[in-house]
Amino acid sequence: MTAFIQPNLLPALPEMVMLAMACLVLVVDLFLPQEKRGFTLLLSLITLILVGIATVYVSPASSISTFGGSFILDKLAVTLKLSVYVVTFLVFVYSRDYLKDLNIYKGEYYVLGLFAVLGMMIMISAHSFLLIYLGLELLSLSLYAMIASNRDSVTASEAAMKYFVLGALASGLLLYGISIFYGLSGTLDITELSGIIKSQAASNPVMLSFALTFIVVGLSFKLGAVPFHMWLPDVYQGSPTSVTLFIGTAPKIAGFAMAIRLLVDGMSDLQVDWSQMLTVLAVASMAIGNIIAISQTNFKRMLAYSTISHVGFILLGLLSGTELGFSSAMFYTITYAITSSVAFAVLMLLNREKHEAGEIADLRGLNDTNPWYAALLAIALFSMAGVPPTVGFYAKLTVINSVIQIDMVWLALVAVLFSVIGLFYYLRVIKAMYFDKPAENQVITIKEALDVKILLSANGLSLLLLGLFPSLLMAWCVAAFA
Amino acid sequence: MTLALNHYLVLAAILFSISIAGIIINRKNLIVLLMSIELMLLAVNLNFIAFSHFLNDLAGQVFVFFILTVAAAEAAIGLAILIVLFRNKQTINMADINEMKG
Repeated sequence: MTAFIQPNLLPALPEMVMLAMACLVLVVDLFLPQEKRGFTLLLSLITLILVGIATVYVSPASSISTFGGSFILDKLAVTLKLSVYVVTFLVFVYSRDYLKDLNIYKGEYYVLGLFAVLGMMIMISAHSFLLIYLGLELLSLSLYAMIASNRDSVTASEAAMKYFVLGALASGLLLYGISIFYGLSGTLDITELSGIIKSQAASNPVMLSFALTFIVVGLSFKLGAVPFHMWLPDVYQGSPTSVTLFIGTAPKIAGFAMAIRLLVDGMSDLQVDWSQMLTVLAVASMAIGNIIAISQTNFKRMLAYSTISHVGFILLGLLSGTELGFSSAMFYTITYAITSSVAFAVLMLLNREKHEAGEIADLRGLNDTNPWYAALLAIALFSMAGVPPTVGFYAKLTVINSVIQIDMVWLALVAVLFSVIGLFYYLRVIKAMYFDKPAENQVITIKEALDVKILLSANGLSLLLLGLFPSLLMAWCVAAFA
Repeated sequence: MTLALNHYLVLAAILFSISIAGIIINRKNLIVLLMSIELMLLAVNLNFIAFSHFLNDLAGQVFVFFILTVAAAEAAIGLAILIVLFRNKQTINMADINEMKG
């Protein structure tokens, strides 16, 4: 027996602050009357700021690992965690009025949101299979409950059930892969695993790629890559828009972190195998996502298919297996999260009492009534399509560049081809906003609070700012993998 | 006959396949689906315990405890969602859960 050694607790300070504050919010919310619910929101926002300060405070010059190597804090973790906090902060503020309209303005949304963020933080910093699994489940279980929080909606409960079943299936597949890796290596630690794979890669290739397949399938279920994307459109469409906004943004960043920790940190010696698998997934995602999105009439469902195609682009960066590829995939993920938060937030503002705005037709004539929000949504859509000078253009450019660097020019051409196809359905929404007249009985009224207006404007304009000066964020992404 | 590692692995693989088939083929009852999910996690647990025993390493058994705990939480949330669904639709038949398509 080895003696118990007190682990260095400091690197996990942000997680501990988050856990304590989430429990505090949970208890405080119990004693608040409904009209003072705003205090829960305020406390949640303060939590995010505090955790952000803690993360900056503990941010290391080089990577630190603690808890017997199962927890790691490096530049990658710090950058990804900070972007999760920023996106969640925006989501919480944007959702307030929508939740009030739907009569689900309760503390649960914020408490579950904070626990989901804790799960994401653990996923980002995890360096053992056990911790990755626990972080993933904490995130997923919170999301299932958040979707079902709109209890009287048929579509929301259906979406929750579908997400639950397919999410559990994905966790099961991931776990099966993990168990085979455990059997082959006798360790759950990612660092030790990578050493053992190095020595076994030549002698035991069949079992290793067998286990790797399960890991990749589980990962692509969670990210929503084709052919494991079935849940994504239904969940986006069925959930309350405030929850769609959350699912569509921050968890993508955590999913990216999980892919990096598992595939890059743990299995870099199997890169030939997983690159091939990711190539197939990436091409299929870009193709199916962009083509099926064309036939959608529901805006949320269209954005879901657009997400699938963006996941394809993120995989492009990962599969290149170079530092340039990883940092460009990271840039793509973070900027995608920021972009889609603008799109869903504008959609949420259009929501009126008892009427869930979700069809593309609901956006007709938005420019006549609310030119500023039409402009913000147009910027977000142009960014998703990859039109300069928005940030989406630079994100696509770096990812495609990383693929060309490894001499896969055909893949770059496929990516460009499908993003041109994708342009069509984004432009169709912009046409509806700027050139179509609203239907007779359709009045678009937006009642926005001042703080939402300021934050949303800043968020929308940041897409232009990052598009013009991408190095503001790209420098962090490059440093994370240097 | 003594039980070797591969006996356990084959059993776990069979259970895992049954559970996947249960999720994919089952078009009737959502409760059966939840049972399939539980079975899948238990198949993984069997894998972990077998490896842990034959590798003489405790980490696998610790992992099993965590999986069991998470599975309990997952079942609770799954059944809660099932009740919400039943209240809204008066059915838990898989074939009737088709509000969204495309």
